Amino acid sequence: MASGAPSRDIGLRRGPLTALRVYLLRHLQVLFYSLGVLSRSPFATLMTTAVIGIALALPSGLHVVLKNAQQLSGGWDGAAQISLFLKRTVQDDEASRLARQIQKLPEVANVSYISRREALQEFQRLSGFGDALEALKDNPLPSVLVIHPTPAASTPAATEKLLHRLKDYPPVDIAQLDMQWVKRLYVIMELVRRGVVVLAALLALAVLLVVGNTIRLAIQNRRDEIVVMKLIGGTDAFIRRPFLYTGFWYGLFGGVIAWLLVSLSLTILSDPVERLTGLYQSQFELSGLDAATTGILIGTSILLGLTGSWLAVGRHLRDIEPT
Amino acid sequence: MIRFTHTSKRYPSGFDALQNVSFHMPAGQMAFLTGHSGAGKSSLLKLIALLERSSRGQVLINGQNLAKISRRRIPYFRRNIGIIFQDHQLLFDRTVYDNVALPLIIAGYPRREIGKRVRAALDKVGLLGKERKYPITLSGGEQQRVGIARAVVNKPPLLLADEPTGNLDPELSRDIMHIFEEFSQVGVTVLVATHDLALIHTLPYRVLTLKGGQLVNDTDPSE
Repeated sequence: MASGAPSRDIGLRRGPLTALRVYLLRHLQVLFYSLGVLSRSPFATLMTTAVIGIALALPSGLHVVLKNAQQLSGGWDGAAQISLFLKRTVQDDEASRLARQIQKLPEVANVSYISRREALQEFQRLSGFGDALEALKDNPLPSVLVIHPTPAASTPAATEKLLHRLKDYPPVDIAQLDMQWVKRLYVIMELVRRGVVVLAALLALAVLLVVGNTIRLAIQNRRDEIVVMKLIGGTDAFIRRPFLYTGFWYGLFGGVIAWLLVSLSLTILSDPVERLTGLYQSQFELSGLDAATTGILIGTSILLGLTGSWLAVGRHLRDIEPT
Repeated sequence: MIRFTHTSKRYPSGFDALQNVSFHMPAGQMAFLTGHSGAGKSSLLKLIALLERSSRGQVLINGQNLAKISRRRIPYFRRNIGIIFQDHQLLFDRTVYDNVALPLIIAGYPRREIGKRVRAALDKVGLLGKERKYPITLSGGEQQRVGIARAVVNKPPLLLADEPTGNLDPELSRDIMHIFEEFSQVGVTVLVATHDLALIHTLPYRVLTLKGGQLVNDTDPSE
C-alpha cells in the first residue's frame, strides 16, 4: 500500500503455475463443497433432480421408441417394388431384352419377368376364377416386370425417380409403385420426430425454469452469506461459483435419473415386445440408449443445469448488496 | 490514508447524511469517529468501504480516488480494508476457523498459508484453540473478536470498525479497544466509529465528532 494503487489480488501474485494450481484446487473444492451442501438436504435434492430426470426421460424415451420404429420400417423398405405392366403387343423376347436392360440400372437389385401365360396361370391358381377364365377366348392379362430397387434406392424419393425413368421405356404401358403406405409411414414418423423435438424443447425450458427457481431460492436462503462475501471482497465470480456448481450437480443427477428411467422402461417393455415380434416371425430386437445418446442426454442435462443456475445467479446476485 | 474533501452524501430520499466533510488521516493513525445516532458515522464508513458513493466532493483512500473505482473493481479494493461490524456479520454455519479463513480463500491463498495466517490472527485476538467452535457457541465478546480476526487476517493497511463495542460491557470494550491499539502500533490505520464517549475519553487518540452530517469537532491530544 506504499504505492498509489492498492494491491490487486495477493493470491495471484505468485508464479503463474502456482496461481493456476490454486485456482483449479479452489474450483475442485467448490465443486465438492456444493455437492456437500446438496447432500445435507437429500430429500429436496432428490425432488429437484427427479423433476429434471422425468422431464428429460420423456423426450429421451420417445427418441428411443422412434429410433426403434425407424429400424423396423427400414426392414420394410425392401418391400417397395415397382410393377411394369407391358403393352399387350410386346412379345416375350422383347420383354426379356427390356428386363436385362433394366437389370443393368444401378438402382435395381433384381428384375423378374412374368409372361402373359404365367400371369394367367397364377391368376387361375390364386383367384379361384379358373373355370371362368377358360371361357375367355383371349388371355386378358398383360406381361409384367417386377422390379426390386437396391436398399440405397429404396427411399420414397429415389423409388419415385426410378419409377419415372422406367415409365418412359416404350414397351411399358403402366408403371405402378406399391408403396403409398410406406410413404405415409415416413410422413407420420417425420411428424412424430418433429413432435419429439418440440416436446424436448419445451421440457428443456421446463428444466431451465426448475433449476433457475431452485437456485433462486438457494440464493435467497444464503443472502446473509452473500452479503458477508461481498463485504470482505468476494468478486461476483467467486460468489457465483458454488451456485453454478450446484446447477451442474442438479443437471448431472437429473441426467442420470432420466437415463435410469428410460433404461428401466425399456427393460419392462422388452419382454412383451419380444413376444409380439415373435408372433410376426420378426428378428426385431428392441435397442436401448447407446453410449452416444447417453452422452448427449447427460451432457444436455448438465448444460441445462448450468444455464439455469447461470440465469438465476445473473438475475438475483446483483440485487443483493451490503447496506 | 483517508482524505475527505468537501464530501457530501445525499440519499435518494433527500436526506443529507453528510454535508461538506473534510479531514485527513495519515497512515498508521488511530482515531475515533463519534456523534449521536444518525449523525452520519455509518455513512462516512460506508463511503470509505464503497458501500455507498459520495454525492459531492472527493474521497481518497491511500491516494486512490474512489469515484474512479468501477463496480467490478470494488471487491479488490475492499480486500485492502478490514471491516468490523457491530453485529459481527459472521457465518453461523461455519466454524471460527472457516469464518476467519474466508478473506484468504477469496483472495486465493494456498491452503498451508491460510492455516498459518488464521492461527496468527486468532492468536492476536486471544481465541487460539477455538478454531473448531461454531460462532453461536461463543460469547458476544468472543464473536466480536472472531470478526476482528477475520478483518485483520489478510493484513489490510486500513481497519474500519462500526460500533465494535456496542453490545459489550465496559471491561470487554476496553479489551477490544486494546486490540485495535495493538494494530495501530504496527502501522495499521484504524478508524473506530462509536458513541461510547466514556471509553474514548480515557484513550489518547484523535476524535472526530459528527453532528447532523457535519464535522463539528476534531481534537487530537497528541498535537
